[in-house]
Amino acid sequence: MSDPILRIRNLQVTAPDGRALTRGIDVDLAPGEVLGLIGESGAGKSTIGLAALGYGRGGCRISGGTVEVADRQIVPGTRRDREQVRGARVAYVAQSAAAAFNPAQRLGEQMIEAALYHGTMTRPEAEAWRDELIRVLQLPNPETFPDRYPHQVSGGQLQRAMIAMAMACRPDILVLDEPTTALDVTTQIEVLVLLRGLIRRYGTAALYITHDLAVVAQISDRIMVLRHGELVEQGTAQAILEAPQQDYTRRLVAERGAHERLAATRSPGAEILSVERLKVFYGHNQALHDVSLTLGRGETLAIVGESGSGKSTLARAIAGLPPFSQGRMRFDGAELPARFQKRSQDMLRRIQLVYQLPDVALNPRQTIAEIIGRPLQLYFGLRGKALAEGVARLLADVGLPADFAARLPGALSGGQKQRVCVARALAAQPDLIICDEVTSALDPLVAEEVLQLLARLQQERGLAYLFITHDLGVVRRIADRTLVMQKGRVVEEGPTETIFTPPWQGYTGELITSVPEMRRDWLDGLLATRGQALETAK
Amino acid sequence: MSRLILKRLGLGVFTLWLVSVLVFAGTQVLPGDVASAILGQNATPEALDVLRRDLGLNDPLVLRYVTWLKGFATGDLGNSLASGQPVSELIGSRLMNTLMLAAYAAVISVPLAVVLGILVAVFRGSIFDRVMNVLALACVALPEYFLGLLLVLWFSVQLGWLPALADTYPGMGLGEWIKATTLPALTLVLVTMAQMMRMTRTALLGVMDQSYVETAWLKGLRAPRVVLRHALPNAAAPIVNVVAFNIAYLITGVVLVEAVFNYNGLGRFMVDAVAKRDLPLVQASALAFAAAFVLLNMIADIAAIALNPRLRHPR
Repeated sequence: MSDPILRIRNLQVTAPDGRALTRGIDVDLAPGEVLGLIGESGAGKSTIGLAALGYGRGGCRISGGTVEVADRQIVPGTRRDREQVRGARVAYVAQSAAAAFNPAQRLGEQMIEAALYHGTMTRPEAEAWRDELIRVLQLPNPETFPDRYPHQVSGGQLQRAMIAMAMACRPDILVLDEPTTALDVTTQIEVLVLLRGLIRRYGTAALYITHDLAVVAQISDRIMVLRHGELVEQGTAQAILEAPQQDYTRRLVAERGAHERLAATRSPGAEILSVERLKVFYGHNQALHDVSLTLGRGETLAIVGESGSGKSTLARAIAGLPPFSQGRMRFDGAELPARFQKRSQDMLRRIQLVYQLPDVALNPRQTIAEIIGRPLQLYFGLRGKALAEGVARLLADVGLPADFAARLPGALSGGQKQRVCVARALAAQPDLIICDEVTSALDPLVAEEVLQLLARLQQERGLAYLFITHDLGVVRRIADRTLVMQKGRVVEEGPTETIFTPPWQGYTGELITSVPEMRRDWLDGLLATRGQALETAK
Repeated sequence: MSRLILKRLGLGVFTLWLVSVLVFAGTQVLPGDVASAILGQNATPEALDVLRRDLGLNDPLVLRYVTWLKGFATGDLGNSLASGQPVSELIGSRLMNTLMLAAYAAVISVPLAVVLGILVAVFRGSIFDRVMNVLALACVALPEYFLGLLLVLWFSVQLGWLPALADTYPGMGLGEWIKATTLPALTLVLVTMAQMMRMTRTALLGVMDQSYVETAWLKGLRAPRVVLRHALPNAAAPIVNVVAFNIAYLITGVVLVEAVFNYNGLGRFMVDAVAKRDLPLVQASALAFAAAFVLLNMIADIAAIALNPRLRHPR
């Protein structure tokens, strides 16, 4: 290996509360090399990426070790050293470009700021280089794009603009922190292909940080697997995927490749919910156009689509939340009023909702017992000892220890919080649970456990699930039937098996083939079948 | 956006009308009236009755209000009940005095507060930050007549630099005027600065935690550029708001300071008018204050709208 462009030795980063975020990590990155850093949240991968810029996020401190960029040491080093490296030699691309752009400034100015500030280019040079990057990254209307404000362009475009902004000084190293995670699968492919093309074209080295092994497999030469701030193993991408040495890595690889069903396909019971020609309006915008569906007792129906497809609106409409909707809904043979205020207490009880973000869905000042106990009081009038027993039973049902009852949500992990949300829904003894992206905020292995829990509960209690998700891998494993939505309309509906069996067609096919697979040649294969449309960037 | 502004204007006019009704009703609840105030305690009932009839005080309440409103709409503020002089004449010079004192205080207070607010935000958690915060809180906690008297004690009594009374008269030179009004202006600066400084700090700190500020650091920018180019423009709306609120306070909340320094402004004048139950004067003064308040808040709201890039540059 040639002399590394980035050399990190024995990196120690300490959180404000004194916790060690990384314990003695070594990283070597050769010029032009792409190194994947992979792990769950809390693995320390973003921390390492930011350390390459000599930066600790949110009061975190680089408390030990050295960081050298080319032959310049920035940790330990002076502020001046770090400032001269940041943006110029090492540049950062954040997960959420929407938050990472200054909302009050035009994109074009922000994209050239680093080049002008570091004095690496004159303004005309910087603008010419920016415009070249805009073209390479295939941003729309390249002439007017720099004049736009962040809120005027889409998420996928912002992510590409952020990459162009990072390239402003022609850095040696890009730190890519989950650059495609917030994007829809079809958009993710575009950004991934363009990013790979860009890195190859300009010979830029990169740290690619992600929790998605399949994504990183398409772009990196080597992979480091991290957990709890320590290295689990590292090797070439090929070796990690095909011959993982450590048990943890094997589980990661297996989880992502899992296709076996968590529950046997059932023949649906009597119809519990039907929706006919549902329309929902937000002001002048129509979010749903004539959506119809049926759901039987004990059945799981997955609603699949990308952002803006209306899948969450559909969930909210069935829960009775949107202020204005038209159409007909029936629940267990009775008319289901459009607004939850008009529904009977019993109807409200029988339809429960579990949200995407357990952090936000739980009141941080209520104990778990209060959170789970509330529906028991409300619907079944339980008090005192009966209530405490009910809470204990529910905690056991969702696989949480009984002593969690006295805790506050803040003391729980993400997966445990989501289990509490499930327990709260179960407390009402519902017939239907609407699961709105319940696993998408969780780490893969934790998400897997929550899915298994949901499958088990369904089998024990004959619950019907309406499973809203963008994750097709999950759908395939848990849903009996699948409904694909795009721009507020149903584009396809049928048994999951049928939907996922080739030949696929149209939008559904595009969605299915866009899900990254655990093969190094997956992206190349996809590009070959889709033709050269995406690949002009190379 | 222009629709929004029109709506705010309409709302402002409505607020002013409401104020006029409330003030009118309020003065009716007060015991005594202008007749007894003019004639004193020893007046005979007959004399009071005659004076009341002359002043129109025996007309029904609603009629008197409508008469006043008609006059107001045509630009006639009526005459003082006590002295018979036109209200607009009496109020004009005093309003001017109040506005000039407010302007003097604002010119010092606003820039100083915003700059200090930025500095304490940048040096968050430092000794400087803590000292400034304690001082600011102390200034807010102390009543302004007390602060005013403290300043008099130091600058007039002990040092003898500035006069203790803010005597102003028409035609005095600017230098003279500044010397006379510096102590009341300083008192107002101390009273209003704290809130503006702390709001600037809070707004800026809220923005400093945003991802785009991190992006700026990771571009290798130094603190002044990060703060002035990336943080401050996004924190401007709440700062503008609190600045407007405090300027409004400088105009409307000066009664005590005017009293301490015997300054001939509108606040003290209005208190006198209330004591005399001189309704037209009270009405006009109250409306002048309310108008200043409404106008400044409206400017702040419109500025906040204008500062929002989403509204300035729709998709």
